Amino acid sequence: MSGIFYRKPAPDQEPFVEVGTEVKKGQPLCLLETMKVFTKVKSTAEGIVEEILLKDEETVAKGQVIMRLKPKG
Amino acid sequence: MGISKVLVVNRGEIAVRVIRSLQELGIGAVAVYSEADKDSRHVQLADESYLIGPSLATKSYLNAKKLVEVARKANVEAVHPGYGFLAENGTFAAMCEDAGLIFIGPTPENMKLAGDKLMARQTVGNANLPIIPGNIEGFLNLEEARKVCDRLGYPLMLKASAGGGGRGIRVLTDDACLCEEFGMAAAEARSAFGDPTLYVEKFIQRPRHIEVQILGDGKGGAVHLNERNCSVQRRHQKLIEEAPSPGLSNSVRRAIHETAVQIAKIFQYRNAGTIEFLLDGEDNFYFMELNARIQVEHPVTEMITGVDLIKAQLAIASSGEIGIEQDAIPVWGHAIECRINAEDPDFDFAPCPGKVEEYRSPGGFGVRFDTHLFQGYDIPVYYDSLLGKLITWGPTRKDALRTMERALKELTIEPVQTTAPFLGEVLREESFVSGGYRLDLVERMLASRENDDG
Repeated sequence: MSGIFYRKPAPDQEPFVEVGTEVKKGQPLCLLETMKVFTKVKSTAEGIVEEILLKDEETVAKGQVIMRLKPKG
Repeated sequence: MGISKVLVVNRGEIAVRVIRSLQELGIGAVAVYSEADKDSRHVQLADESYLIGPSLATKSYLNAKKLVEVARKANVEAVHPGYGFLAENGTFAAMCEDAGLIFIGPTPENMKLAGDKLMARQTVGNANLPIIPGNIEGFLNLEEARKVCDRLGYPLMLKASAGGGGRGIRVLTDDACLCEEFGMAAAEARSAFGDPTLYVEKFIQRPRHIEVQILGDGKGGAVHLNERNCSVQRRHQKLIEEAPSPGLSNSVRRAIHETAVQIAKIFQYRNAGTIEFLLDGEDNFYFMELNARIQVEHPVTEMITGVDLIKAQLAIASSGEIGIEQDAIPVWGHAIECRINAEDPDFDFAPCPGKVEEYRSPGGFGVRFDTHLFQGYDIPVYYDSLLGKLITWGPTRKDALRTMERALKELTIEPVQTTAPFLGEVLREESFVSGGYRLDLVERMLASRENDDG
């Protein structure tokens, strides 16, 4: 799915995660908007956010990598 | 005052629609486009076009200052807002007028009144015209709300005063439900519409959505162009519309038309607009809201009256007169419109962006396809999923329906998933064929699909 990447749930709220945030499986990482439909992108694994490869409001292409996680500990 | 050049501040199918009428009238058509839209059909067709910004709508089609700047640069006399984006934005309309531009649409005052659902309700109610039973003062706290709702009796619809277009609506089944929903509803209303004021209306069981197209001169004069039935909806978004509405007696039909004209006159409405009503099971009709814009579904009205509504908008904007007499508006035949969206009905209507590798337009007697599609078009992710509107006309409803089924099959948009096959199913539903369908038609269809799969 392609779309627009948002780091925050709403413009006046804090980003879902930052580099260094510990995340659980299923935890929302960001929003993807396609044609006015918003989808929460959830983590597929447990870990720590290592890298966020996109800026807020950047366009994502199908298959593009959005974030990298590294294992805990 | 003659208009010789117009700036169309919109995109997609409606921009194409407006440009077509402008060119038929010999009026210069100027388009605007975002980066994502630079190869768009409306840009191809326009006489002149201007890049207004990056792809995100907030940076382009919603950038009021930039649009007014372009209007000046392109030396246009008037601006057509289309629908959506800034079409019902009173601030933008006022900016245009302050810049000496004619805004082809209602006045900022019309928009303000139409946009305040509660105020609109009060205005219509005070004129002794039927409104959906409910409260006419907004409430700001739960205690007040509980008293009012208790008095009116459940079930009720909780609505945001600054909402509209099907947004900000909740069903309340009882007092416990109200207590649970109230806080969230007020917070959402504040964040989405900038105003936490809520009100309630009686929940009308299995209603029909009937709306009337009107044209006003802004001086208390108005005419109607008959009604449309827009009861085929999914999550408050219209999918199929038709004109005239089936299943209405002549007396009810006439009464709805007359009421709509009275409302337009009371609002001193200018240019094209729509008065929306809900009908209950006993043919009682109630004012719901006024839409201060040209609407997506305007073509079905054009097909049965022969009136080009965009040209009518231009005429009112340039002359200040409606220019059409009520008894000179014919009604002939029946028209149906299917909105074709880039959504996959088998995956909960998930949006389907991507390239249209193969596109074939349907044709034949009584077929009209209003679209910005072309073969090779890349559907952008930044805007809505409407690809086009397939409209059919026939001397009877049965003819229009048969033509629509055939045209839907002929329409080819590949490999993108569209709602076309699903719409074909809706057209074959017994209650649609008989004309007795209600607002819950699609909901029931989708629920029974789930049950079949389960």
